[in-house]
Amino acid sequence: MNDSVVVIERIIDEAYDTKTFVFEWDAEARPGQFVMVWVPGVDEIPMSLSGIGDRSKSITVKAIGEATKALHQLKIGDRLRIRGPYGNGFDLSAPGEKLIIGGGVGTAAVMPAIVATGADSIIAARSDKDVIMDDLAGRFSRNLRIATDDGSRGFHGNAVQLMKEMAAEKHYDCVLACGPEVMLYFTYKACQELGIKCQLSLERYMKCGAGVCGCCVMDDMRVCKDGPVFDQDQIAKLSEFGSAKRDACGRLVKFRRRRRGRLSPLPPRGLWPPTGRRPRSPLSRARTSPCSTSRWSSPLRPRSPQGTRL
Amino acid sequence: MTKLRTEVGALTLEKPGMVASGIMDETGPSMERMLRNGAGAVVSKSVGTEPKEGHSNPCFTEVEGGLVNAMGLPNPGIDAFAEEMENATRCGKIVGSIYGAGPDEFSALAGRMEDYGACAVELNLSCPHAKGYGMEVGTDPAMVKAIVGAVKSAVSIPVWAKLTPNTHILADIGRAVQDAGGDAVVAINTLKAMVISPEFARPVLSNRFGGLSGSAVKPVGVRAVYDLRTVLDIPIVGVGGIRCWRDAAEYIMAGACAFQVGSAVLTEGVDVFEKINRGLERFMDDYGYRSIKEMEGAAHE
Repeated sequence: MNDSVVVIERIIDEAYDTKTFVFEWDAEARPGQFVMVWVPGVDEIPMSLSGIGDRSKSITVKAIGEATKALHQLKIGDRLRIRGPYGNGFDLSAPGEKLIIGGGVGTAAVMPAIVATGADSIIAARSDKDVIMDDLAGRFSRNLRIATDDGSRGFHGNAVQLMKEMAAEKHYDCVLACGPEVMLYFTYKACQELGIKCQLSLERYMKCGAGVCGCCVMDDMRVCKDGPVFDQDQIAKLSEFGSAKRDACGRLVKFRRRRRGRLSPLPPRGLWPPTGRRPRSPLSRARTSPCSTSRWSSPLRPRSPQGTRL
Repeated sequence: MTKLRTEVGALTLEKPGMVASGIMDETGPSMERMLRNGAGAVVSKSVGTEPKEGHSNPCFTEVEGGLVNAMGLPNPGIDAFAEEMENATRCGKIVGSIYGAGPDEFSALAGRMEDYGACAVELNLSCPHAKGYGMEVGTDPAMVKAIVGAVKSAVSIPVWAKLTPNTHILADIGRAVQDAGGDAVVAINTLKAMVISPEFARPVLSNRFGGLSGSAVKPVGVRAVYDLRTVLDIPIVGVGGIRCWRDAAEYIMAGACAFQVGSAVLTEGVDVFEKINRGLERFMDDYGYRSIKEMEGAAHE
């Protein structure tokens, strides 16, 4: 048994639509692991642990669907039932210089790694008002850079463009990242070009979260149990990375067409996503797929461990 | 490892352990992965005529000694499943699990699974948490007989029936399968179960009840196989709470000629089959069993 009922001790407003819920929980957790959070009568969703103190843990929730909006109604003293922690988490044991990247609410998933390593970090977001957890990251990271798509704060451009700029100035051995899959895809491509190792935290629709049901598989890997963090060698074998995901029925839904096995090149600075069709990300095109009648399009649409939309 | 070779009726398996339906078997690549990890065969996710999302979350929780799930038969539907079966059947033996509301649906689905290259079909007559399916059709001997009879006349591959322990007439249902020409029974599916959160004063699963699997159900499964052995002549495949070679040996000695492993893929990892195979072989060496056949039903003598 690994389920616990915890009491919310503190709530931090991270952004207009994002809150961190801190609770006492003495379970052992590694950076990059997640929990399944029950919202009674609504849903149960995977959420990355954004804080992993010995006694105190936290989740960071962006209000985007029915379950996350319900979570935002919680007050100090309210209870949460969680199970986990699940997943492999980041491997911080390898020596060498790390660069940690959080995109959007995916920043929550890399925060424990920033706290544990103090490594150079990038927090990327659409706009200044979407930047989260930069105070905390700034206290631990030796060099924190902010990137916004609209240039309203920090670097004007996306995470991958800033990463390339930073890698030109300093040698990095490994990139650790979590964020929208399109960001992770181009992070992976950039790491390949630059000869940098990477560990990327991926997201797929989850049911059991524990590696049993197989609904979150990418090729033959379970995102919940074999992941959610995969290294460059594993990612090289994931044909569905950046191109397809499974819906609630287990059907493969392509959300991005690979051209001769490659995706389109990086967009010009400041234009994100690469197709230029803002604000809908390429990932959200799945909504118009043959599965548009499925759970993906309902308000109950499941979310990733990071709380971002799939 | 010819010592581990076993026959489930006409079907020969090089290794006696199969992946139980519902575990790592919704997609072709995950079925292939389990075959690479020492499974003698993989039983597919139960597939129906139409795509089905299953129950909403929470549909799974861990309990002392096991798991309770109410997935609600999520599956991509038999049409889309062709793609998953295509590559997997090239890598090894895939048993196609199917569910339906009656004989016609089951027959049509079984025919498709045979077309896809399944080495056998397993009729899901036992899922405890899907309305109108599973144990709701599988606890009526007349219905079971009609379904098995219809499927038998629709396909040429072996027809297995997976039975529910949630009945007091298990032997009657087993006999119904045998009388209708069924090639084997698979026992047991999960035990109908519920988990309540005292803090929230409500059942945890969205479906309220689900099915219990894992170590906790093993003695129930062993008893079911033992009982079935005393009334049936057709082969029995044992399943329920197997996580090590000792558990597998119990089922075999109760009367099973092969076994399936589900929940232990979580608790023991995907290499659970390799561990069981090694342990079972060593046990057979130490105790002088030359074949699975020799061990089968040993506890009855």
